[in-house]
Amino acid sequence: MTARSVAAIASLALCGSLACTNFYEIPIETPIQPKMDVSAFQRVLVAGFIGGGTDEVDANLETVRLLRSQLRSKSSLRVIEAEALPLALIAAKQVLASNGAAAPPQDGASESQQPTPVPQLSDADQQIRNERDLERYQGIFADAEFWKRLGEEHQNPLIVTGTVLFTPHQERGMVIQERERIDQFGRRTVQPVRTLMERKGFILTPKFIFIDGRTGATLYSETFREEVLYNVQTNTPALSSYFELMDKLIPSFLNALSTQKVRGTRILLK
Amino acid sequence: MMFRALILAVALASSASTASARDARSDAKAQVEFGIKVAQNGLWKEALYRWEKAVELDPTYPAAWNNLAIAYEQQGNFEKAADAYQKAVKLDPDNLLIQQNYDLFKEINDRTQRRRDR
Repeated sequence: MTARSVAAIASLALCGSLACTNFYEIPIETPIQPKMDVSAFQRVLVAGFIGGGTDEVDANLETVRLLRSQLRSKSSLRVIEAEALPLALIAAKQVLASNGAAAPPQDGASESQQPTPVPQLSDADQQIRNERDLERYQGIFADAEFWKRLGEEHQNPLIVTGTVLFTPHQERGMVIQERERIDQFGRRTVQPVRTLMERKGFILTPKFIFIDGRTGATLYSETFREEVLYNVQTNTPALSSYFELMDKLIPSFLNALSTQKVRGTRILLK
Repeated sequence: MMFRALILAVALASSASTASARDARSDAKAQVEFGIKVAQNGLWKEALYRWEKAVELDPTYPAAWNNLAIAYEQQGNFEKAADAYQKAVKLDPDNLLIQQNYDLFKEINDRTQRRRDR
């Protein structure tokens, strides 16, 4: 709380005690305009994500599920229910094909529906642990033909895709803890104490890419980064951490395609 | 004689202008109060109209600019809201309530701006 807001609250309290009625607190909802114009689309397809970082959470499936449910309740677009694309696999096949290590890439859009012979991919190709691993597969997002074909299959919707890296993280650092003390007179005091602590948690780095299903072109993309760290003794399931971090990003994601409202209060004056 | 008449004319003119300023403030105040009532009932468009009238009647009335800024903010018109807040702050720089409203607005505005720049 800033000194200014403390002063404002104090002046409000003083005014209130003097039965001053020259101000009125009023709730307001400030609309934040969407970052993209999606008026050309009636439908949205959350296609799939290249996920990685940990085996504890299927970042692709969980992200698809979460975004679809959020879009269903908080946007005016109709959400297409389709199988989530195994995008990492499709992208890996494309990489192999372009390196001449396998047969030419199949139509990725139809692959999800009618499995074709999959080139033998080593585990390493499918294991995505960090951003460098992800870079190898980024080419798929620039493949307009792939996205256009996928768009045609679903009547030209807005396509949501991208990458989701959910990595375990551990670090040692100074944290401020509150320590209780009882003095010689039996009085209890709480003091902040800086302690060196080992903490562990997760880092979530999603990149959301919005693609025009009519042309396959990227309309907008945005990258986020959130992290959460807990005491080493705390045993928090990876999936809970994933949702905890995603909760922080969802309003920004939704604001890309729909108006979001920020609730607050202001003071009207006479 | 001429000098006395001149002084009288100046005095009359000055009192007339003070009276007209007083009238303008009291008319603007009526609009502001009505605007507050309708805003409290959720009728923000009507409130916006009233406060626009108020600043037209008396452009030196900080409360009217403050309320107008809030109404613009409620409508998502950030540019006009920023202008109105700046006028309110300029007219009454010591008013902590106006400053607090403006600070809260700036926080949202800056966040939106940062997202757009990304």
